Amino acid sequence: MTTTTAAEAAVHKTPSGAVQPGPRRRPGRIRRVGLPYLLLLPALLLELLVHLVPMVIGIVMSFKELTQFYIRDWGAAPWSGLDNYKVSVDFDAPVGEALLHSFLVTVAFTLLSVGLCWLIGTAAAVFLQDTFRGRGLLRALFLIPYALPVYAAVITWVFMFQHDNGLVNHVLHDQLHLTDKPSFWLIGDNSFWALLTVSVWKGWPFAFLIVMAGLQNIPGELYEAAALDGAGMWQQIRRITLPSLRPVNQVLLLVLFLWTFNDFNTPYVLFGKSAPEAADLISVHIYQASFVTWNFGTGSAMSVLLLLFLLVVTGVYLLLTSRGRKPADA
Amino acid sequence: MAPPRSFFWSRRIFLTLLTGFVLLPVYVMVSSSLKPLADVTGEFHWLPSKVTFRPYIDIWSTIPLARYFVNSLIVAGAATVCSVVIAVFAAYAVSRYDFRGKRVFTVTVLSTQMFPGILFLLPLFLIYVNIGNATGIALFGSRGGLILTYLTFSLPFSIWMLIGYLDSVPRDLDEAALVDGCGPLGALFRVVVPAAIPGIVAVAVYAFMTAWGEVLFASVMTNDTTRTLAVGLQGYSTLNNVYWNQIMAASLVVSVPVVAGFLLLQRYLVAGLTAGAVK
Repeated sequence: MTTTTAAEAAVHKTPSGAVQPGPRRRPGRIRRVGLPYLLLLPALLLELLVHLVPMVIGIVMSFKELTQFYIRDWGAAPWSGLDNYKVSVDFDAPVGEALLHSFLVTVAFTLLSVGLCWLIGTAAAVFLQDTFRGRGLLRALFLIPYALPVYAAVITWVFMFQHDNGLVNHVLHDQLHLTDKPSFWLIGDNSFWALLTVSVWKGWPFAFLIVMAGLQNIPGELYEAAALDGAGMWQQIRRITLPSLRPVNQVLLLVLFLWTFNDFNTPYVLFGKSAPEAADLISVHIYQASFVTWNFGTGSAMSVLLLLFLLVVTGVYLLLTSRGRKPADA
Repeated sequence: MAPPRSFFWSRRIFLTLLTGFVLLPVYVMVSSSLKPLADVTGEFHWLPSKVTFRPYIDIWSTIPLARYFVNSLIVAGAATVCSVVIAVFAAYAVSRYDFRGKRVFTVTVLSTQMFPGILFLLPLFLIYVNIGNATGIALFGSRGGLILTYLTFSLPFSIWMLIGYLDSVPRDLDEAALVDGCGPLGALFRVVVPAAIPGIVAVAVYAFMTAWGEVLFASVMTNDTTRTLAVGLQGYSTLNNVYWNQIMAASLVVSVPVVAGFLLLQRYLVAGLTAGAVK
């Protein structure tokens, strides 16, 4: 399988090299040489304006004492050196302690959510791989959580998790008698599980979609050969399907991880501006630190720390996964 | 070869449970939107005591839903069109040309995926305010600012996916067009774009959904007249009452266009992903 990818990559490289002499031989070559840059210009400008420049400003802000008094003219805010960072990582003081707690909650939440999304998505994609009656219908149904706008879907979950008039308590307490009294789901410790449920419900179809697309790239001959050798269905899944999906999964898990870790929409719609402690995800935590308690400097420092963490994790992940792939490619 | 019985059983059980999990909120949304207010404030019941379409009429007057709808449509529509056009240009350049800085460009674009949105929320807000003060172009609080912001959200994924997709469109096609006298842009629009329609549709669907569902920037960067659905729907909870039946009705109304569009185009999405991103 991995050799196929290597071969494909090689095939891809040759034409892009081969295309170059074509236009160069033609007249008007000077314009052509600039063409790729011209085509990239709009994307580049936008990325600069909306992502890179704000990021630089954000980093600058993290070294400033930026409170509501300076927000009208943020350049005039006094420099504070590393104070914002010191406050953020002083885990014995309230601000740092809360940040550490929020970070740990986010890590636990992300690992669980990504794991479950991946498991459910892969299982569903594998089970829907061959044709049977109702497959098309199920495939469409399964994509609904992904297609629904976040606020519409999550607000429905808010309604379901209501203490007095929600479906969850009605089923668990009134109908199945599993709990002594109706529980609170959107405050207290249960909120972690409520958030996880919503996040998995919303997130697994993306894994499903990507794995489903990945399955279409596995050549059918592999299965035929395996069947001839007497491999059963479960064996085929374990020996062919899952290993063949490796490159797809490497990208999928990384993307899922980054999206879940940075997710703001789900907790914000579920809990509002300040999440309960048990479900205090880092994005909302930073939002609260900046926009609710009006300390933008500290908020920026926290964002930069978050970005550094994500950079390190992504870097290590990419190193590990590409190293794992190299021997197989050679 | 027939799969073993255990495979069929596991498949049946798993798919049944999953269908229930997926559809539960959808059922709650639909059934609650048909209930009178008394039904949704008291204990939960699976069925409405009386089916009423009243919530579907009231949603339009409780809050200016129509205006939010139009705002969302303009913002998401414009962001989608711009982001697709820009992504096609960028992906074409990367897929068909070798140039200095190509790797730097793709890596930079992709790594913006990593940025926590919260990191550039405030700086972006300040930049827009400053641009507004300096040039008189109102970006903050206007639809324009939101469009600009949203179109960059989908851009990295779109470019990445389209590079993969365009790589899978045979180069012979546009080389032939070049030989026949098309300019590079002619080749792009007459040959490559038509061949890449599934990929382009997939990217458009993704861009539209991203913009239609975004909450954070919409809640900071809009005012009364430019508010989108993401923020506007919060208006159904007042101090005295939460109109759950209306919230559910409104949620359904704002979801139907995207979900219907998505389900119609999902074939393209899988095709686009297969040829593009998943390679």
